[in-house]
Amino acid sequence: MQRYSGFGLVKHALSYHENWQRVWRNPTPKPKYDVIIVGGGGHGLATAYYLAKVHNITNVAVVEKGYLGGGNTARNTTIVRSNYLWDESAHLYEHAMKLWEGLSQELNYNVMFSQRGVLNLGHTLQDMRDINRRVNANRLNGIDGEVLDAQGVKEIEPMMDCSDRPRYPVMGASFQPRAGVARHDAVAWGYARAADALGVDLFQQCEVNGFIKEDGAAIGVTTKQHGEIRAGRIGCVVAGNSGVVAKMAGFRLPIESHPLQALVSEPIKPILNSVTMSNQVHGYVSQSDKGDLVIGAGIDGYLGYGQRGSYATIEHNIQAIVELFPCFSRVRMNRQWGGIVDTTADACPIMSATPVENLFFNCGWGTGGFKATPGSGHAFAETLALGKASSLAKPFSMFRFHDGALIDEHGAAGVAH
Amino acid sequence: MFYIYCPYCEEHREEEEFHASGEAHIPRPSDPDNCTDAEWGEYLFFRTNPRGLHHELWVHGIGCRKFFNITRDTVSYEIKETYKIGAKPQFTHAEEKV
Amino acid sequence: MTQKNRLASGGRIDHQRPLNFTYNGKALTGFHGDTVASALLANGVDIVGRSFKYSRPRGIMAAGAEEPNALLQLGATEATQTPNVRATQQDLFEGLVASSTNGWPSPENDAMGFVGKVGARFMPPGFYYKTFMFPQSMWGTYEKFIRKAAGFGRSSLESDVDVYDNINQHADVLIVGAGPAGLSAALAAAKSGARIILADEQSEMGGSLLDSPALIDGQPADEWAVSAIEELSSFDNVMLLSRSTVNGYHDHNFLTIHERCTDHVSDCAVNGQIRQRMHRVRAKWVVLATGSHERPLVFGNNDIPGVMLASAVSTYIRRYAVAPGNKLVLMTTNDNAYQAAFDWADAGHEVVAIVDTRANPSGACVEAAKSRGLKVIIGSAVIEAKGDKRVNGVLIAGIDEVGEKVTGSVEPYDCDILASSGGWSPAIHLSCHTGSRPVWSDEVIGFVPGETVQKQLSAGAINGSFSLESCLKEGTEQGLIAIRNAGFDIEDRSAPKTAPVNEDRAMALFHIPHTKSTSRGPKQFVDFQNDVTASAIELATREGFESIEHVKRYTAMGFGTDQGKTGNINGMAIAAKSLNKSIPETGTTIFRPNYTPVTFGAITGRNVGELFDPERYTAIHRWHVEQGALFEDVGQWKRPWYYPKAGESIQDTLNRECTATRESVGILDASTLGKIDIQGKDAREFLGRVYTNAWAKLAIGKCRYGLMCGEDGMVFDDGVTACLGENHFLMTTTTGGAARVLSWLEIYHQTEWPEMEVYFNSVTDHWSTATISGPNARKVLAKLTDDIELDAESFKFMDWHTGTVAGVPARVFRISFTGELSYEINVSANYGLAVWEKIMEAGSEFNITPYGTESMHVLRAEKGFIIVGQDTDGSVHPHDINHGWAVVDSKPFSFIGKRGMKRADCVRPNRKQLVGLKTKVPDAVIPEGAQAVNDFEQPVPMDMLGHVTSSYYSANLGRSIAMGMIKSGLSRIGETVYYPLADGRVIEAEICSPVFYDPKGERQRV
Repeated sequence: MQRYSGFGLVKHALSYHENWQRVWRNPTPKPKYDVIIVGGGGHGLATAYYLAKVHNITNVAVVEKGYLGGGNTARNTTIVRSNYLWDESAHLYEHAMKLWEGLSQELNYNVMFSQRGVLNLGHTLQDMRDINRRVNANRLNGIDGEVLDAQGVKEIEPMMDCSDRPRYPVMGASFQPRAGVARHDAVAWGYARAADALGVDLFQQCEVNGFIKEDGAAIGVTTKQHGEIRAGRIGCVVAGNSGVVAKMAGFRLPIESHPLQALVSEPIKPILNSVTMSNQVHGYVSQSDKGDLVIGAGIDGYLGYGQRGSYATIEHNIQAIVELFPCFSRVRMNRQWGGIVDTTADACPIMSATPVENLFFNCGWGTGGFKATPGSGHAFAETLALGKASSLAKPFSMFRFHDGALIDEHGAAGVAH
Repeated sequence: MFYIYCPYCEEHREEEEFHASGEAHIPRPSDPDNCTDAEWGEYLFFRTNPRGLHHELWVHGIGCRKFFNITRDTVSYEIKETYKIGAKPQFTHAEEKV
Repeated sequence: MTQKNRLASGGRIDHQRPLNFTYNGKALTGFHGDTVASALLANGVDIVGRSFKYSRPRGIMAAGAEEPNALLQLGATEATQTPNVRATQQDLFEGLVASSTNGWPSPENDAMGFVGKVGARFMPPGFYYKTFMFPQSMWGTYEKFIRKAAGFGRSSLESDVDVYDNINQHADVLIVGAGPAGLSAALAAAKSGARIILADEQSEMGGSLLDSPALIDGQPADEWAVSAIEELSSFDNVMLLSRSTVNGYHDHNFLTIHERCTDHVSDCAVNGQIRQRMHRVRAKWVVLATGSHERPLVFGNNDIPGVMLASAVSTYIRRYAVAPGNKLVLMTTNDNAYQAAFDWADAGHEVVAIVDTRANPSGACVEAAKSRGLKVIIGSAVIEAKGDKRVNGVLIAGIDEVGEKVTGSVEPYDCDILASSGGWSPAIHLSCHTGSRPVWSDEVIGFVPGETVQKQLSAGAINGSFSLESCLKEGTEQGLIAIRNAGFDIEDRSAPKTAPVNEDRAMALFHIPHTKSTSRGPKQFVDFQNDVTASAIELATREGFESIEHVKRYTAMGFGTDQGKTGNINGMAIAAKSLNKSIPETGTTIFRPNYTPVTFGAITGRNVGELFDPERYTAIHRWHVEQGALFEDVGQWKRPWYYPKAGESIQDTLNRECTATRESVGILDASTLGKIDIQGKDAREFLGRVYTNAWAKLAIGKCRYGLMCGEDGMVFDDGVTACLGENHFLMTTTTGGAARVLSWLEIYHQTEWPEMEVYFNSVTDHWSTATISGPNARKVLAKLTDDIELDAESFKFMDWHTGTVAGVPARVFRISFTGELSYEINVSANYGLAVWEKIMEAGSEFNITPYGTESMHVLRAEKGFIIVGQDTDGSVHPHDINHGWAVVDSKPFSFIGKRGMKRADCVRPNRKQLVGLKTKVPDAVIPEGAQAVNDFEQPVPMDMLGHVTSSYYSANLGRSIAMGMIKSGLSRIGETVYYPLADGRVIEAEICSPVFYDPKGERQRV
């Protein structure tokens, strides 16, 4: 792999940038791989990378129906945090956080992980109880965080209206200083480039349209563009289409796919310091390095694969942001878009064996998948390498929806995204 | 932003008057006590989640408060029909039994 | 400064009405009818900003929505600061204050320009992915510098003083765009009587007609447009919206129109006026007559101020009487752009040359140019512009027929303005919003709307029908079709007539070749706002970014506030060529809302502040306010939290309120509890199915506590339900859960058990509820009623009676959430305040004390009563919270929750259970949310046992009390757990029964 550095940049400038190598190859498929990853988004690419890097399994193919990182990786609001309530999710997301902290160097690709801190606002007494509960749990799990009062929030975000004026005044917040944002595309590209360098074959515009089974076990996939490709194990990481791919394999998932919308303002001069999230008023906002306010809220209530949602959701979202930051009223919304998120009943993911032998699924990240990318890839790679759930992945079996061992981040933490 | 025909009010109203309530035609098992955990879990959480035609339950919450069904394409978001509880959909997949 | 580029006459401006404005602190003058852009050009302002990445000087390039460079900061006061206003779309008004947004100390002399010149080489696309990584700890520092360069304008630091509005519209036909196609569509449809909305983004309707030299029905085009608009405005059924951009096209023909009501008058709407309004339109049919945007050509240094779109040159001359320069070179791939040279010559300025990239152009315009004596250089292109802060010359060279190579010698020419036209891109943005994929047309040399998914038609240039004749024809046709599709009868109407123009084919050329390779030649800009060059796109493809989406994301092409209106097609074409593919093979271009950016305020309308979410008040609210109560938000309700007296701390207040209640009598406004009236012969059976406990035998006149679970067995709501009649019950719910519970009952009734005869009605607002609680409660009530027997035998605990209280019909429930003798007095909400005041009067001899939700919480916690949502969180079932007594498994029907709470994980032994917690130090209050551990010295991650759900100082008990979840807590009564706090303290507590006060429950039964 051609190494990236400031020095390299200068060197290439002298040859007019004509000699940069390709970031990844355009390989031809082999008949059989040890592992096929279906889905070339951030999670799938990270899985492939860690399979090669950590488990030395390099005979791996990533099969992507569109372009790499073109699904939810390209459509999220890039928030990274690990302040989850329950031990199972806290451990998983904190594992991801630790990987984030060295990711640019690990991949030799600047993913611009910016630890600007995340505020989760509380507007009611119950919000504050939940915040205290979560921050205490985080602290005892070794995750950074503190509880702030309204004044403390104001010190971090001076433009926020922390007075009594808003309909739901800000009472306080949890603050995780190590949390922040990252450059979403770079994560996919960085993992892809690094995985490719370790020998992983990446196939774009290659759509899986079926599974090859033998004695009830999956032994390969059929693809529209390259026909049959066989594999020892198959991992599906196809957020937004998990239900569709599961149906090909012959089972259902405890998942519903919903539109999740986001939007950006025009770029403005730096005015926000951190990431602000509020569940009570339904909105979150951060400012990108380019100056856009990056804004999102909750899912649309109906099933949808259209990568579009309802305008009313956008309206409520912007109302919430203007309610928190009245000075943004004259800023303008540039662009909105939608992704498809696979939601589970407990707002926690599925990393799991399935009713089909050799076939594993990594899905159900709902609105919070981006932040987990390195941890998800790491844990899922181990799962695929072992042929059974890794210790981090174990609580996230799809069969918890049978026995009731849900990890209810919805009800308990009251924090989405 | 959907424009939804309420089969009870018999007129089109704006989406904001309605609320989506998940997949339709999932009857509560008649003998829950004799369901296995897996059967009960499937009833509670597992869904067809199709890309394409979907029969779904909606409620005219800011209106007549009636629940009713919609057959909708989950990609184009086109509403094929709305029908009352107890009625059968006209639009179904080939392999689907409703 | 004089308006050195202003023509003495002409245009659609009012030369008699000067307007004063300032730009970067300089006082300038323009005319009524100017945009800020035309006024700046009139005043000879060349540079309006510095580019984002390379700090290159940039000037005004276009005259409309596609302008990428001229983004200004507007506003005379802090509160009216408006970032990124596109100068080409902002009308000039008296006193306007504008400034450029990038460039220090000024955009003319920018210190960063040096960095741009020297550093540009080191900033290829994606350079930031390749560097700033070492050392790891430095990224934060690098990022600070990167962020300094961020953004164009700045947000106001003050709250907006203006008012915005939303309005809902229902239209039979919405026509988008009032150019030739849109106007003819509207004219064709108007007589139908259908509700028609015609919306146009510009301040004056007419679109390209306003600067067209053509004749329509014998009239000059602009005059025809004015009379068409006049005719349309005579129809009551036609709504004309100018300065109104249709910015989004959503599902089921829902569109939003962003109307700027006062932005052309002032930066701050005058009293009572609405600054901007969002029309939320549901249209039966939509006609898109959105026109097209001219593509600039991509050549060396094509971003120097003075390089403009050909059509913009025409527009500035014909509409605004501004000729921004003296010596024009025009480069074109098509006939249409010749008009710019003609207009330039007609304005009395020199046309140096028309450079036509086509080898053998033969259209009428070429002849016209020759007959005017203009120099036409064919088969050639401007390969490079010269100049620093303003164009001062060009290099012209012959090119081959396909436009890939420079063939001839390179000739320099002097000029101070360079107009270019690469043809026109249909404005398909709105069509794309619906999910309809556009298709490439070689004929049009652009994308046109593909298969539509909405009730949508399109007419004119959006379809690639660029000629005026076809715009008028298609407009008329589509207008008629739309109106008929919408269900209206209308007579045919013939299209307005204009003379056909003999046009030659345009050349598909997106990237002008240079003598040097793209990577070594001068910068050739594709996306001006994001500083994306042709070489950047080629580099991206060389590096393996082969999908157009990758190219766009890697280079940031199309991500600006202009959303790639001028650059996207050129960029795609360059990528396609670099990949040896055709444009359609490379991908398509998808636009998302918004077409142009929309003010947040216009989207929020009035739905901020108190209208963000309705505030619900009880009938007694005013009294609480007068008593100085502080309020707690519970759902949408404002509930009195506590009633502090002068000098009291919150704890003082709670102590006073709680003590008074236990010792004498307290009063609580309980009106917010959800109340659902349930009737029907199957009502009792229904209750048995939705509650976990038994209801078969509850007698009329009795009340019972009920617990409600989801199908997963998890606690979901609770409350007391009273039997009002054999088939009639009144259910109470938690304050926040009322709507959810009603919906829950309805969904089960309507979808699962429709055969049951039962009816639900929310009556929360019908009743006002005053709860009096304490040993003197009976005495107080006795003074207010003479028809309710109150003695302990006649009116037992958990009974309810009707009667008259304070002269008003009332339902009185003897139920208790404090553990004291309590009566909940329900009266019709209209009497609520009066009755409350009578109770206060009657209670004054007993020092009746109003208490709020906080004291209510303390009092109930002393009794170990739970609050759903505080002591439960959706992950606990009744047995977890020691409420097994409220679960009756023997009921014949398998009630909701029964099966769920028997799943394997729900019956495992080490679940967390709700217990009482007694601190070892009596007055230490464990903070709510604290997490219990067995070993507080264990290193992190620690094994947590559960959290404290409720915790208070109890004045009645003289110590702290708490409830919380503990793993296997019910079997650990008497054991000790530890709560390590953030401040380093560790609180030690003993697990105990949660009932701290009157464990036998005697006080509520007296």
